[in-house]
Amino acid sequence: MKSKKIYWKGIGQLANSTEFVKHAHEEFAQPGPEEDLGHNRRDFLKMMGFGVAAASLAACEAPIRKAIPFVNKPVDFDASIPNYYASSFINGGDYCSIVVKTREGRPIKIDGNALSSVTQGGTSAQVEASVLSLYDNDRLRGPKAGRKRIDWKDLDAQIISKLNEIAGKGGQIRIVSNTILSPSTKAVIEKFKTKYSTTQHIQYDQNSQYGMLKANEESFGTAMIPSYDFSKANTIVGIGADFLSSWGATIANTKQYAKTREVSEDKKEMSRHYQFESILTLTGANADYRTPIKPSQEGALVVQLYNLIASKAGRATVSGGLENNILAKAADELWQNRGKALVVAGSNDKAIQVLVNGINDMLNSYGTTILPHLAVNYRMGDDQAMATFMSDVKGNKIGAVIFYNCNPVYDHPMGEDLGAALKNISLSVSTGFKEEETGALTNYIAPDHHYLESWNDAEPIRNHFSLVQPAITPLFKSRAAQESFLVWAGEAETDYFEFVKQNWQSRFYNGGEFEFQTFWDKCLYDGIYELPVDKTAISFNGNTSAAASAIASNYKSGGVELVIFENGTVGNGSQANNPLLQELPDPITKAVWDNYVTVAPKDAAEISFDESHTKMASISANGKTVKLPVMIQPGQAQGTIGIAIGYGRTKAGKVADGIGANVYPMVSMVNGSLNFVATDVKFEVHYDENYQLAQTQTHNTYMGRQSVIQETNLDKFNDGSFAKERFRPEVNTWKEKSHKIDPEKMTLWKNHEYKNHHWGMSIDLNTCIGCGACVVACNVENNVALVGRQEVINRREMHWLRIDRYYSSDSPADDWKGAEHAAENPEVVFQPMLCQHCNNAPCETVCPVAATTHSTEGLNQMAYNRCIGTRYCANNCPYKVRRFNWFKYHDNKQFADVNTSMNTDLGKMVLNPDVTVRSRGVMEKCTFCVQRIQSGKLNARKERRPMKDGEVVTACQAACSTGAILFGDMNNAESAISKHLKIRPTYADKPYVNDKDSDNPRAYSVLEEINTRPNIFYLAKVRNKDGANV
Amino acid sequence: MQVSSAIRDPLITGGKTMKDVSHDIGRHVENKPTRLWYIAMAISLTVLAFGFYCVCVLLWEGIGMWGLNKTVGWAWDITNFVWWVGIGHAGTLISAILLLFRQRWRMSINRAAEAMTIFAVICAATFPLMHMGRLWLGFYWALPLPNTFGSLWVNFNSPLLWDVFAISTYFIVSLVFWYIGLIPDFATIRDRAVVQGANTRAAIYNALSFGWQGGAKTWMRYESVALILAGLSTPLVLSVHTIVSMDFATSVIPGWHTTIFPPYFVAGAIFSGFAMVLTLLLVTRKVFKLEDYITIYHIEMMNIIIIVTGSIVGIAYITELFISWYSGVEYEGYAFYNRVQGPYAWAYWSMMTCNVISPQLFWIKKIRTSIVATFVLSIVVNIGMWFERFVIIVTSLHRDYLPSSWTMFHPTMYDIGEYLFTFGFFFTAFLLFAKFFPVVNIAEIKSIIKATSEGKQGTSREVDKTTHHS
Repeated sequence: MKSKKIYWKGIGQLANSTEFVKHAHEEFAQPGPEEDLGHNRRDFLKMMGFGVAAASLAACEAPIRKAIPFVNKPVDFDASIPNYYASSFINGGDYCSIVVKTREGRPIKIDGNALSSVTQGGTSAQVEASVLSLYDNDRLRGPKAGRKRIDWKDLDAQIISKLNEIAGKGGQIRIVSNTILSPSTKAVIEKFKTKYSTTQHIQYDQNSQYGMLKANEESFGTAMIPSYDFSKANTIVGIGADFLSSWGATIANTKQYAKTREVSEDKKEMSRHYQFESILTLTGANADYRTPIKPSQEGALVVQLYNLIASKAGRATVSGGLENNILAKAADELWQNRGKALVVAGSNDKAIQVLVNGINDMLNSYGTTILPHLAVNYRMGDDQAMATFMSDVKGNKIGAVIFYNCNPVYDHPMGEDLGAALKNISLSVSTGFKEEETGALTNYIAPDHHYLESWNDAEPIRNHFSLVQPAITPLFKSRAAQESFLVWAGEAETDYFEFVKQNWQSRFYNGGEFEFQTFWDKCLYDGIYELPVDKTAISFNGNTSAAASAIASNYKSGGVELVIFENGTVGNGSQANNPLLQELPDPITKAVWDNYVTVAPKDAAEISFDESHTKMASISANGKTVKLPVMIQPGQAQGTIGIAIGYGRTKAGKVADGIGANVYPMVSMVNGSLNFVATDVKFEVHYDENYQLAQTQTHNTYMGRQSVIQETNLDKFNDGSFAKERFRPEVNTWKEKSHKIDPEKMTLWKNHEYKNHHWGMSIDLNTCIGCGACVVACNVENNVALVGRQEVINRREMHWLRIDRYYSSDSPADDWKGAEHAAENPEVVFQPMLCQHCNNAPCETVCPVAATTHSTEGLNQMAYNRCIGTRYCANNCPYKVRRFNWFKYHDNKQFADVNTSMNTDLGKMVLNPDVTVRSRGVMEKCTFCVQRIQSGKLNARKERRPMKDGEVVTACQAACSTGAILFGDMNNAESAISKHLKIRPTYADKPYVNDKDSDNPRAYSVLEEINTRPNIFYLAKVRNKDGANV
Repeated sequence: MQVSSAIRDPLITGGKTMKDVSHDIGRHVENKPTRLWYIAMAISLTVLAFGFYCVCVLLWEGIGMWGLNKTVGWAWDITNFVWWVGIGHAGTLISAILLLFRQRWRMSINRAAEAMTIFAVICAATFPLMHMGRLWLGFYWALPLPNTFGSLWVNFNSPLLWDVFAISTYFIVSLVFWYIGLIPDFATIRDRAVVQGANTRAAIYNALSFGWQGGAKTWMRYESVALILAGLSTPLVLSVHTIVSMDFATSVIPGWHTTIFPPYFVAGAIFSGFAMVLTLLLVTRKVFKLEDYITIYHIEMMNIIIIVTGSIVGIAYITELFISWYSGVEYEGYAFYNRVQGPYAWAYWSMMTCNVISPQLFWIKKIRTSIVATFVLSIVVNIGMWFERFVIIVTSLHRDYLPSSWTMFHPTMYDIGEYLFTFGFFFTAFLLFAKFFPVVNIAEIKSIIKATSEGKQGTSREVDKTTHHS
């Protein structure tokens, strides 16, 4: 039944008023009171939502970063695409032709310039590290007068008025510098000299070769230093000459030397190298026969060698000499290899060098292994002129002195006196880009640019020119020192860039088919401009008997003898404030961040040199006493001690100040030149003063482990007995007693298949000289943290690539106790050790979170973001190449003074933006420069072509002057590495799986028997020694 | 009804009645703690606080606070981890395996031993956590959890991941086993509290006992569950330390890469576990006057297990030495030469003395029934077992394949502090346990007092009572 009841919403509906009908469809028929407020519920929600969002946004940190887009993009600028500029590294007389890599306008890496015939693409640790010196926080921000900042204008006005005043009174003006390689700079100085006629320019070198200049002047009539060509030498005799690390043109020497050390089935000859020296140098470590001698015997040995050769050549002998069997053997071989022989001596004594010239003359070395027509300009320092200058200063004879980019107060033997006398000189100016010891004592500092900010040129070898071009706008208010000279000389044109350009236009541009601009652009692009040099015949006129008698009277063996040497890390100390060099392990001692006195093991038998714990010792020579820790050094001649220069800085900056002692003052003048040797030295060990050195390697021998180091001698290599007898791990099986198989044949693993590339590396232990340039290059390329002295003592250096240095032991390999001790005069082998990119990587299986994995191209990869830091991978790495971030090394005050590239805004400019800076708690290791591989692949892809061999070069390979490191694609049969190693797929039907063997008779994998299958092959060390004593 | 054996010694002495048992054990929960307890607690908390400071510094600054280096990536951290895990093993062995073998002497000691297991596993677990470079991520990245990181997953090849599973399983099963065993005793304490009129205590222990009423059906189920859990725990006794040993055995490092590790580690774990149980129980027994429950017989039985496992460990050491020579592998040979003769030889010989020679003294009955000698030797064994792990981890790593990387390891204050942290935690937890939980299994003891206790209420027994009295 239908209900007839009607329900109304209200009286309005009953009445059916218009007012009701109008609002009937709305939620509330009658407007609520809130309508009157002008806000509704939705407004409230909106306001609340906005408020909460705004409040929470405001709570978040939202840094405002400036991002200003280019309106017009510069032609040569693409974000994230590096630009390369050819330039030249010039530091005093040290030179290297380089290519600077810049990213977003910041120089971040330096490579060698292969176009240069002077350095041939090689670099050194110091060159590689110099990019960080650009960002040194202790650089001067602008010119200074007294200790106060000053404007350039005021500085110039004051200096000019003082110069005029001094010149007006006829006062003496001196410009002091290290060797100047730059022809344009020399021209600038000439202009200055014309303006101020009492000006004299004095050059000096920290590691002087003045004795050689004088000897050559006497022998050949011209004061020059010739080029050497070690690559032409079959027999090399070095007497105290560390030609691979500190003597002569080391980069070129290294390159040439390595060429003679290469051995293969096709090249069966290698040079034989004899070295006679007191301290174990890098050069001595690479020699086939090394004889420890006392420094006072150097001269006598040269005399002896002269006489031995002279008697064969039928020339008159001279008096003196010292019998030595090995020297006699060396003389025989030198004579047999006439025209392919070379004798070098490191002494800075004219007399010794005259005799060496005589020897080389008899051996027909001139024109073959010594190239006098290619005279080098690296060491033009004049010890005597400098000595005169010093006495003039002391005698108040000097009115004004300008120190052009040099620091004699620190690095000249008489520096202290100079520093004390400087206040008596009315005008003293320093132009270094840092204040340093000298600048701290001068009236004015007119800071030059860093070389990476400068225009300049250089002539390292006669007619071999090169340009320096800025890779970045000057960071601070510095000014080219040459410009300063031009301003002070009152020149109209003071722009040094224009000056260099004009100088080149007038000197080198010969009209021709190009405009000058084209010529100039080409030179800038190449970085070099080389002109042919005519060979000139020279004849030897040295007075050998006078030289022999000078030697006899000047060198008397006596007491403890001291050798002052330049090491391969901080060198002469000018770059000491560069932490890359401080933390680069010394190639021999493997010590970092320290200066020490090297002592023969027998001379310090009472010191138990355990885990780098040692005692302090006082050393007094030439009226100067220093206190240094003792480093027990196998190979050091008994009765001698050695100390490196380059330490004891006081005004270099936070990194270097206070490390070690300055031993330049121990250098004395002998026979008219600086003598880096002292006899009758007072050497006293303080047994009650303990000290711990920081060494990256504390165990010196390889314990006879042939799966680590394989070596042989040349005869055994050539007659094939090495190939037959060499260590190959084999595993016995159950089959029968004699049945043995290659461990590689018994694996649980499935092979990786690399369809595209299979990256591999070959490292030649024969050509690797152990210099460490690759280590620095790796640090710079991969933003590797530096950890400082204490953390190295804690054995936590972060280097991805290290050079293991092993000494031989007199004990057989199975005498484990004995094999721990190095021989007294050990053979040395260097082994660069980095991630082996194992195909069966022990690290990969043990990571619980799969942070380290295998790539499809054979790389062992590390995903930092995934790493939780259990360190199991590092424990399980047989090569111990994994490095853990024990602390936060970036933005951490604790490391601000040692890891400058990650702790200051200035330092951070050097970081490679393609490589992550690792956080604390993660593992890291060598990546085979995966960023370079990736960019190479991208380039090839953009150009729609397969990758070319050699397109990807790892940083270590690029830095290696000797070519010991070779990287490439082992899947490509035509690649250099495949050919060099004679790569053969183990299974012919599966060429793309990881199993590849090398048919190079010297190739081996380190720790082959654990079957990690590294992608790095080492080539066994071959020594050119007689007989079977290997 | 009393059934006594003529040949077996009584397990409970002093002629205890059911009521005595409840009273003797329950009163420690009910009474105020003794002064000794307060002193012990204060010391434990001090140690814990210092340890906590060291842990905080470690987490704030980085793993570099420890003495580890590029070559020795694990030292005290994993040594302590393995040591603590090993200690835990005795508890599981006593409660599970001995239950299955119906070794009723275990009933007096299993509660404390299980508690020790739980605390030891917690202590052990702190080390794998603390030793991570990035704990804040590692603690959950090491678990196979679904995630939004793409296809990221854990690496099932890694023994460390097996550890995660092994330890967490072990912890959970041990905890459940222990707790289920506690339920009837909580009920006992509740019942006593009701009688004593302590209402709060009654409520708390009622909750802890899940309202246990003790019906026959409940008891039946309880016993089935105990048996099932015992069955589950039994393989864990073997598996946990087997898997821990695989952290080393599956690696390529000479001295780690050893196939005898699993049995050798398990034996070592039981060895050290029993030593720790003895150390703790000898103190608890004295302090809580439980001499009638934990008798010389118990101590002797445990000492016999120590002889057996200690000898197994000794044989393992000698086997390792033999194989290192017999294999002819240069690196293996050197690794063991280095243990015996190298710079850490003192650690090796400490280990040998403590673990191999000292337990052999227990062949002499006088020593194995002497409380003082047992106490001293139990500590010696634990020191030895710590050195065993230290020797395995540090001396293998510090001189492995490439001599260029050989280093020494020197502990810092923070290595020591982290170890103290776990000691502080362990003793704090054990003291709390001893105060608030019944330290001996009341229910189980009651089931044996009639059968194997000294007869007072039943027929007299024909045993030489003088033998095992102290």
